[in-house]
Amino acid sequence: MSGGEKPGLTATLNRGWWRTHKWLMLRRMSQLGILGLFLLGPLAGVRIIDGNLSSSLLLDTVPMTDPLLFLQMLVAGFLVPAGTAVLGAALVLGFYLLVGGRVFCSWVCPVNLVTDAAGWLRLRLDLHGGINLARSTRYWMLALVLLLSLVTGSLAFELVNPVSLLHRGIIFGLGSAAFVVLALFLFDLFVARRGWCGHLCPMGAFYGLVGAASPVRVRADQRAACDDCMECFVVCPEPQVIRPALKGAEAGRGPVILAGECTNCGRCIEVCPQEVFAFGLRYPNREKGQGGEARSSPGLSKGAAT
Amino acid sequence: MNGGSGEKGSGRPAQPGRRRFLGDLARTACGVGVLGLGLGLHARRANSLPATAIRPPGALPEAEFLAACTRCGLCVRGCPYDVLKLAGLLDEAPAGTPYFVARTEPCVMCEDIPCVPVCPTGALDHALTDIREARMGLAVVVDQEACIAFQGLRCEVCFNICPVRGKAISLDLQHNVRSGKHALFIPVVHSADCTGCGLCEKACILEEAAIKVLPMQLAKGELGHHYRLGWEQKAEHGGSLVTPDQQHRYNLPEGMRYEHGGRGLIIDEGADSPFSDNPLDTLNRGLEPDR
Repeated sequence: MSGGEKPGLTATLNRGWWRTHKWLMLRRMSQLGILGLFLLGPLAGVRIIDGNLSSSLLLDTVPMTDPLLFLQMLVAGFLVPAGTAVLGAALVLGFYLLVGGRVFCSWVCPVNLVTDAAGWLRLRLDLHGGINLARSTRYWMLALVLLLSLVTGSLAFELVNPVSLLHRGIIFGLGSAAFVVLALFLFDLFVARRGWCGHLCPMGAFYGLVGAASPVRVRADQRAACDDCMECFVVCPEPQVIRPALKGAEAGRGPVILAGECTNCGRCIEVCPQEVFAFGLRYPNREKGQGGEARSSPGLSKGAAT
Repeated sequence: MNGGSGEKGSGRPAQPGRRRFLGDLARTACGVGVLGLGLGLHARRANSLPATAIRPPGALPEAEFLAACTRCGLCVRGCPYDVLKLAGLLDEAPAGTPYFVARTEPCVMCEDIPCVPVCPTGALDHALTDIREARMGLAVVVDQEACIAFQGLRCEVCFNICPVRGKAISLDLQHNVRSGKHALFIPVVHSADCTGCGLCEKACILEEAAIKVLPMQLAKGELGHHYRLGWEQKAEHGGSLVTPDQQHRYNLPEGMRYEHGGRGLIIDEGADSPFSDNPLDTLNRGLEPDR
């Protein structure tokens, strides 16, 4: 397909709008819903979840703490955090170990709304060029963040971390939110395609490592049906994760997208005209039958879709 | 091995690829390194707290606080009175950390200190259960020229508004030399009881407060650790710790005596005064040419 064309068009014609936008819409509802829950306190006085993504308290009982921030805290030399933070970080870490680390990126993080918008506009305006960052830059960034904590003895990255700046800015009504939105949007639009979330964000890198072994995965069980339309590669924020699973049959690779960098956003599932992908579990990493037989396989998408 | 990646032959063709890989690696590492250097330098500046920003009660010492505070704002939500704020990008305090400004909105000193137990990490120390033990800062009468109490005018607003009344701020009555017959009611802050809540600074009637809450490290002096105040040592031990002074034989001129613990230097009547009218004589003593 060419640059300006709308990805998912064929699938939409075949299966209707909702079934080709279901995961996208659910994701947006999740992202906005979480923001909304945080905002209910300050705006309507209904306290469901207090704090922000760095640390929060759900229904005055369940604590949550960003595990990367917790790690930075330890590296910075604060070795005796209160039990609340320990429990909170463990809860969050456990959740993402289970559902896939970068589920945070695609289902929770408010920055994703901004960078997805930039990515979408870049596609529609058929913009090319900009700088070419290596996908591995984010792991350097992650190392840098921890090194900075060690050297400065403080959570130094939090001074500029756009993820927490944006979320905190929205929840606490600080002007920083607008600044971050603008900077990230322009960066992703003009400077680098999928620049922040796909190449630089150390939180994404961290969650990618967390989710490297998580059981919930996107599977390309119907990869034999792939007709190389490339729509999944166009919509995917981390297209490098698709190839090994989708095109690895000859090399003896299984159909499960194993890379922790996959955000489990589910966009590939719904835009594929051939319905190659589905949410499923990590095991077994081999095709579940062929053709029609696989339709009845216990994939998550089947249960949730209808 | 004639699998999917055909371009990966043997030996020579791999070389440019490896070179490019190493080049890219170096480029990325350098880029991130430069970014890190910038960020580190920025952090040094951005982590400094302006003297007007006061941390919530129970906050750990600033260096530890910056490692422990996740900037979640739960303390801000816990504060029932719009006192605590989170620093935005443009504020002087490190982004996202909680603080208050005494002159605008001082701490109310809630009995149950709701901002402290909600802190998930303990950056606000959960051991603080009595708000009177809080040391958010220390009030200092920074401008004695502007404070009208020093001019002999009655004010005492800071003394009266202080929640640790009579203890954190006391009034020191001094003679008013100007009028010759009145007293000055001088406010004196005592660090043993001042919580740094900032009510005095807020209440100060001047255009610009003469009493200000400063961060502890800025407000407090510290006596050399080897110093011992004799009278305190004496009181502590119920007696003098050194051999009591006794009668010394002083090398005094004729006609002079020293009465220890009594009148001091006694010059007998008729004796020549050893002190000349010219103070230089004292300095020149011993330098006279031999007679």
